[in-house]
Amino acid sequence: MPRYIYADNAATTRTGEAAKAAMLHAMEQQWGNPSSLYTLGQYAKEGLEAARTAVAAVIGADAKEIIFTSGGSEADNQAIRSAAYAGAKKGKKHLISTAFEHHAVLHTLQTLEKEGFAVTLLDVHENGVVTAEDVAAALRPDTALVSVMAVNNEIGTVMPIEAIGSLCRERGVVFHTDAVQAVGHMPLDVHAMKIDMLSASAHKFGGPRGAGFLYVRRGVPVQPLIAGGAQERNLRAGTENLPAIAGMAAALQQAAEGMVAEAARLTAVRERLIAGLSAIPHSRLNGDRQQRNPGTVNFCFEGIEGESLLLLLDAAGIAASSGSACTSGSLDPSHVLLALGLPHEVAHGSLRLSPSAEITDDEVEHIIDSVGAIVARLRAMSPVWDALENGERPHLI
Amino acid sequence: MLYSEKVMDHFQNPRNVGKMEDADGIGEVGNARCGDIMRMYIKVREGCIADVSFITFGCGSAIATSSMATEMIKGKPLEEALTLSNKAVVEALDGLPANKIHCSVLAEQAVKAAIKDYYDKNGIPYDRELLCTGDCDACHMHHE
Repeated sequence: MPRYIYADNAATTRTGEAAKAAMLHAMEQQWGNPSSLYTLGQYAKEGLEAARTAVAAVIGADAKEIIFTSGGSEADNQAIRSAAYAGAKKGKKHLISTAFEHHAVLHTLQTLEKEGFAVTLLDVHENGVVTAEDVAAALRPDTALVSVMAVNNEIGTVMPIEAIGSLCRERGVVFHTDAVQAVGHMPLDVHAMKIDMLSASAHKFGGPRGAGFLYVRRGVPVQPLIAGGAQERNLRAGTENLPAIAGMAAALQQAAEGMVAEAARLTAVRERLIAGLSAIPHSRLNGDRQQRNPGTVNFCFEGIEGESLLLLLDAAGIAASSGSACTSGSLDPSHVLLALGLPHEVAHGSLRLSPSAEITDDEVEHIIDSVGAIVARLRAMSPVWDALENGERPHLI
Repeated sequence: MLYSEKVMDHFQNPRNVGKMEDADGIGEVGNARCGDIMRMYIKVREGCIADVSFITFGCGSAIATSSMATEMIKGKPLEEALTLSNKAVVEALDGLPANKIHCSVLAEQAVKAAIKDYYDKNGIPYDRELLCTGDCDACHMHHE
């Protein structure tokens, strides 16, 4: 049996060595409260500000433009609410986003809708890519915010962030991007890409859980979600989680240094996975063939259900994920796959693989072989597959 | 673990799995749109379930409950098989997560649908109240 192959890095990543060392250092040496005036507190404050400078540098921001949060979800919530309420003060109560955002964005928008905001969710087309033209067509005089994710977390498609950013800047609309799947994995420059607000999460790039950040361009209004202290320039109350923040900064620096090599390796892995899995009959690659990140491959296999596939893959030593209803925690399959226009029964049979760059060629082959064997095994006991093969039900893919 | 050892055993090594070419009754319940369909085949001899098999499209618990249900009715008189409850299937599997209980309901319905099909094909009268009519859309019943 080969070693356990972790192919779910879009869910979370193993905490890296640099992050762990930085976290230990913060816990052992910088355990004072950064708000305290004595030396120990100020030493912690120095660690906090060094982390801020390091994080800012990776995305081309100024340290003063970074707010540390508990993660990507909090950053998304804060960005969207801030832009919505700032817009409302000027009579602008229209918000634009896409149908396949993370729920941290979608659920915040739903709440705002109940508060009287109008929300437009853009269609993401069959290929899972929103264009700047789509955004332009949806803009209204009262649009307060455009929020478009940089990389979709389930299918890995990459959005034209720079084009959308330029459009929004020209039209004077705040542009937020949920870049949780992009930061640390692809080059981002908030100035060149005309990004006003950007959300990131540490544990997607080798940092710890419980840390993230929100970039807010100087001059863009932002308000706190959590009241109770002057931390983060009055924008995020609560004693700073310095071990996690220091771990995030160290992980991000390491990720940025290794970004080019990681992308090259993962692109090769991705291409092999796509070629190997496409050979399975009635399979479908989800998301645009070209405009996608190096690290994510998402397939549907007709006639099977995703949870069964995941459990049998786990037994074969492979950790992956699926957008089936049984794994989504709800009764419907993934909203991302449905947004692509996939029928429910096809979306139930989905598989997401997001390996790390450490994966070996042998492990990639083991994944392809295992998926092929398991899909065949599940189809052999599937009444849906039986009906498809007998012509009682039309093949959809 | 999400599932008990028994559920995992029946999922990974399903009993009585496969199509049956000369079945006396076939019952299919569920809905592909909702992610689970069970089809159950029975062979009847002298009022007893002489053989049974299933094929299932669905999650781990859907496959495991199908497998367990076939074991529980094999060799039993039809009247007794009709009394199989989803609760008994769940207990035999050492429990299911709350959001998977509907899988056991499907298993119970699949058994009833197969027996009903046998009764219908052979012109055997039965108490309609006792049997799931087969057209109750399991999906809507349990997903709303």
